[in-house]
Amino acid sequence: MPEHSILQRAHFEQLLGALKTRGYRVIGPTVRDGAIVYDDLNSTDDLPVGWTDEQEGGTYRLKRRGDAALFGYVVGPHSWKRFLHPPAVRLWQANRTGKNIQIEEEKHAAPKMAFLGVRACELHAISIQDKVFLGGSFVDPLYKARREGAFLVAVNCGQAGNTCFCASMNAGPKADFGFDLALTEIIEGSEHYFLAEAGTPLGEEILQELEHRPAENIEVEKAGSIHEKTAQQMGRTVDTTGIKDLLYANMEHPRWDDVASRCLACSNCTMVCPTCFCTTVEDVTDLKGDHAERWQKWDSCFTADFSYIHGGSVRSSTKSRYRQWMTHKLASWIDQFGSSGCVGCGRCITWCPVAIDLTEEVRVIRATDIRTKSMAKETDDGNTGTNPR
Amino acid sequence: MNLMPENEVMPAAPHPMAPLPFRVQRVRRETRDTFTLELQSANGAGRPSFLAGQFNMVYVFGAGEVPMSITGDPADQDTIIHTTRSVGMVSQAICKLKSGDMVGLRGPFGTPWPVEEAAGKDVVVVAGGIGLAPLRPVVYQLLADRAKFGKVVLIYGTRTPADILYQKELAKWRSRLDFRVAVTVDRAPAAWRGSVGVVTTLIPKVSFDPQRTVAMVCGPEVMMRFVARELEARGVEKNRIYISMERNMKCAVGFCGHCQLGPQFICKDGAVFRYDRIRPLLGIREL
Repeated sequence: MPEHSILQRAHFEQLLGALKTRGYRVIGPTVRDGAIVYDDLNSTDDLPVGWTDEQEGGTYRLKRRGDAALFGYVVGPHSWKRFLHPPAVRLWQANRTGKNIQIEEEKHAAPKMAFLGVRACELHAISIQDKVFLGGSFVDPLYKARREGAFLVAVNCGQAGNTCFCASMNAGPKADFGFDLALTEIIEGSEHYFLAEAGTPLGEEILQELEHRPAENIEVEKAGSIHEKTAQQMGRTVDTTGIKDLLYANMEHPRWDDVASRCLACSNCTMVCPTCFCTTVEDVTDLKGDHAERWQKWDSCFTADFSYIHGGSVRSSTKSRYRQWMTHKLASWIDQFGSSGCVGCGRCITWCPVAIDLTEEVRVIRATDIRTKSMAKETDDGNTGTNPR
Repeated sequence: MNLMPENEVMPAAPHPMAPLPFRVQRVRRETRDTFTLELQSANGAGRPSFLAGQFNMVYVFGAGEVPMSITGDPADQDTIIHTTRSVGMVSQAICKLKSGDMVGLRGPFGTPWPVEEAAGKDVVVVAGGIGLAPLRPVVYQLLADRAKFGKVVLIYGTRTPADILYQKELAKWRSRLDFRVAVTVDRAPAAWRGSVGVVTTLIPKVSFDPQRTVAMVCGPEVMMRFVARELEARGVEKNRIYISMERNMKCAVGFCGHCQLGPQFICKDGAVFRYDRIRPLLGIREL
């Protein structure tokens, strides 16, 4: 059993200090515009002290807690991909002189970022994006530098939200890998402290710099019961049994038409999803036309442009776009990267303006599984196919 | 996870999305809207070696970047050749390039045609329209090592005689006794003496042994499906038919997500696929 320490709330500021002393930019949850977002933290006071969130499909509200918890809420609209895989990245610049073009790759400082308050589902999401950008035959060096420079302070959730289902996705609520430090916040009467566990030598080193003491067994047990209680509180569940085959076999399920009648194709779900990684490129030039830049920007499979090839969009209907998103997330991701693309954070449910709930969509499809064999069906006759030419 | 605790400023490792400079050596107009570009490395690094069927991302300054299949001879160590039809903003810009202009290029990417696997077998190459471009490197390799293969057949269909690519080369190929070249057009003026009809109509007419044939097919998706069906009808097994797929592509390295077709990334799992592996996906509309 890994060693646990107790870090008093009164000494919590020392953690931010230790990270800053080491040159880290400390980023964590903070209240802005009525939501808990991730941004730079100057001190513990910037945390959402005493705030919690109430979430439902299409609903997000901040509420006061009855205590001064630092991490008494779940996840908001931001995820850490905002920092590891930012919404807009310049990849290179090019200059033209006469007939010559000089291409300059982006020189980048490997930023030292410390993420404070990374939830278990988010650790899973980060490891999923690692597979996309670091695990294949091509490596994204910009992502790699940001990732390697990151220090991860995980916080085990002390409560689950109404749209949470990490327990179904085996992605929480307790952080079990991928962190430098993991904390469980415990508040009992006038006592307010954190059970801390180091996950890496650097995490251990930083923990040693803070005022702390070894944890008693009873304290470790208390944290354990918090994790258990949270796991029991999940507002949503998904039965993932055979989910890949279920969705592959139900590509022509009438439910996709039903969801399309509600879906606005607004792309919110893909923007808030901590694993959605799709991007487009934008080429910009200056007015003289001698300087060009290539930017990589978040994109969404919900746009018509996303699948455009000469002649039209492959996925011209909202139905096909929702189906692409959900089957990618829950099914084809498994073929592509060896794990589900969903960590059960529930953001796509909360931030959907019309409260589409993928756990519900899966439930309905499972209950009315058509097993059309459409992935293996002989459909050459009378089907004009997907090619817009 | 701090794997590099002391890093401060790290020079960027080569980004797989950063192009290298290439110079246009020659531009040849193939048809009304189709052009062939010959490119040479402009930084002295030479051209990367490629396999028949692979593609490059070609960047035109200020206009953008598009995937283009490589259509030259893999044995030519010097030149990169691309043929493109002017259909979008970037390909229009590519078609306006002049010799001496510079472009950015990165690649090659994607899976190759199964030329090695075809050794000892009959080879049927079926191309529709500009689909001949990614198959031309295969023809070069088959002819360069002609004795290694059984019967070698090229079946090529275009819309009209004016859309036929590489006309001089086709004439040269046709004159060979060890290479059967069959061309057809969808419609033709009265002066056309060749076949008229869609490309599938030629498949029953050419001689090859379906039991020992490897087929490589490239053209519009619907054409490839009907060609594959015709080949199967003649007895060519699905697992010896290969097709080359096309989807929107922004990165070519599996980062951008645009080219997905079910679980496949066209850029890295394709563009060349064995037909039995991709066929189930082709029947699903708007996948």
